Amino acid sequence: MTGVAILTVVIVLAPLVAIFGYLCYKGIGSINIAFLTQTPKPVGEVGGGMANAIVGSAFILAIASLMGVPMGIGAGIFLSEYGRNRYGDAVRFVSDVLNGVPSIVIGIVAYGLVVIRQKHFSALAGGVALAIMMVPTIARTTEQMLLLVPQAIREAAYGLGVSRWRTTLSITLRTATSGVITGVMLAFARVAGETAPLLFTAFGNQFWNLKPDQPTAALSLQIYTYALSPFDDWHRQAWAGSFVLIVLIVGAVAAVRYVVRRGRLAGA
Amino acid sequence: MGVGITVERLNAFYGKTQALFDININVLANHATALIGPSGCGKSTFIRCLNRMHETIPESRVEGNVRIGEFNVYNGTSATELRRRVGMVFQKPNPFPTMSIYDNVAAGLKLNGFRNRKKVDEVVEKSLRSSALFEEVKDSLHKKSGASLSGGQQQRLCIARALAVQPEVLLMDEPCSALDPISTGKIEELIFQLKEQYTIVIVTHNMQQAARVAEFTGFFLLGKMIEFDKTEKVFTNPSDKRTEDYVTGRFG
Repeated sequence: MTGVAILTVVIVLAPLVAIFGYLCYKGIGSINIAFLTQTPKPVGEVGGGMANAIVGSAFILAIASLMGVPMGIGAGIFLSEYGRNRYGDAVRFVSDVLNGVPSIVIGIVAYGLVVIRQKHFSALAGGVALAIMMVPTIARTTEQMLLLVPQAIREAAYGLGVSRWRTTLSITLRTATSGVITGVMLAFARVAGETAPLLFTAFGNQFWNLKPDQPTAALSLQIYTYALSPFDDWHRQAWAGSFVLIVLIVGAVAAVRYVVRRGRLAGA
Repeated sequence: MGVGITVERLNAFYGKTQALFDININVLANHATALIGPSGCGKSTFIRCLNRMHETIPESRVEGNVRIGEFNVYNGTSATELRRRVGMVFQKPNPFPTMSIYDNVAAGLKLNGFRNRKKVDEVVEKSLRSSALFEEVKDSLHKKSGASLSGGQQQRLCIARALAVQPEVLLMDEPCSALDPISTGKIEELIFQLKEQYTIVIVTHNMQQAARVAEFTGFFLLGKMIEFDKTEKVFTNPSDKRTEDYVTGRFG
């Protein structure tokens, strides 16, 4: 039995290790100062980098998190604290369906919602697309985490004369913090590498941009473009970009976990 | 100081099931009153009606009159305001697990918008002293979580937390049922001291405990109050046959 368990662990971990190993092998060698500090060179010229795409990805993700995280957590609170009825069931159903909608379709929705109105591609449109993808994951994990908080904890707060909304925010949500954050990071990591919803929303950009209403470069878009190109130098940069993307995601998740853990008390 | 409690014709329901039938009772200020009876007889439901915790359960309902001091519980008072005057200690110790010992005690004040740091410090220390916990935890007030304490300490922490909002009445729902005899002894001693400042209503399964800590005892059976009298009288010379059967251990 133990042997079977170990075997399955190996089978599960093998692809992860393989992907990561190959990525390091191909990626690290292609990273240099230029890659991290310069914008792309015109077609045909060797060199240049993805600095604008790295910042652009962070920018779009920040916009997405700013919208998606509060909405997701809010929906999760509704489901767990007020959602033991038909409305809750409806929201749960819709959110599960939304979770299964292909990301390209969500890109089209963001295109219709933002791009058509603004009449051009923008970081905001990309952020909206990614935010829509974050909401269902965050909502359902937040709901599950809040449901794990014993009713006795809520009653303790009610018994002190604390109002219901205050109890939810300062007691229930606080007790479930680490679980809720895990859900948020899961959603974040999932959308951080998304390409399809950005194709016709953020669109990509050869130059620096930090205006939310302008087209913006993103690592995943740049990797997609470069990987399909016929140039060796671009292939090399696509590998480097993939490596940087993975490192950024892992780094962000690890940083958040570290901050959460540091605030924890002995015995909690 | 504690205040008295008057209950008139109290009926409580869970959905269509009636849990309490026409309860009338007068609880004297600054005394301990024990409620005894077999499981499911409505004693817990009854004390949860006194601070309107009963209505936090979906589809529950209460009819009748309850007055606590000057307050009319079910008429013209908000539940949150009432609960600040009527503290509650639950059956299982339920400290806030992610909060430090200090924050647990200060929670009632802070979450109700009271922010004067120095005053909060004072109240926390005073409350922990009142619940006889201060000496044991004074070095780790901010360092340790409330959940890291032993069961008995956790329950005294919960008592301190309830006292910190300076209530007039303290409701205790089987506060010792999850504790060992030594911790139980400490809590009982505490009840004796707390009586001087608070009115205490305690639900207990343990008849010796009722006899030890309470001046008055009420006996509940199937949602009705069968007998309410001085503790001695209830245990030595009850006027109802059912009370006698219960306290002598013939059923329940």
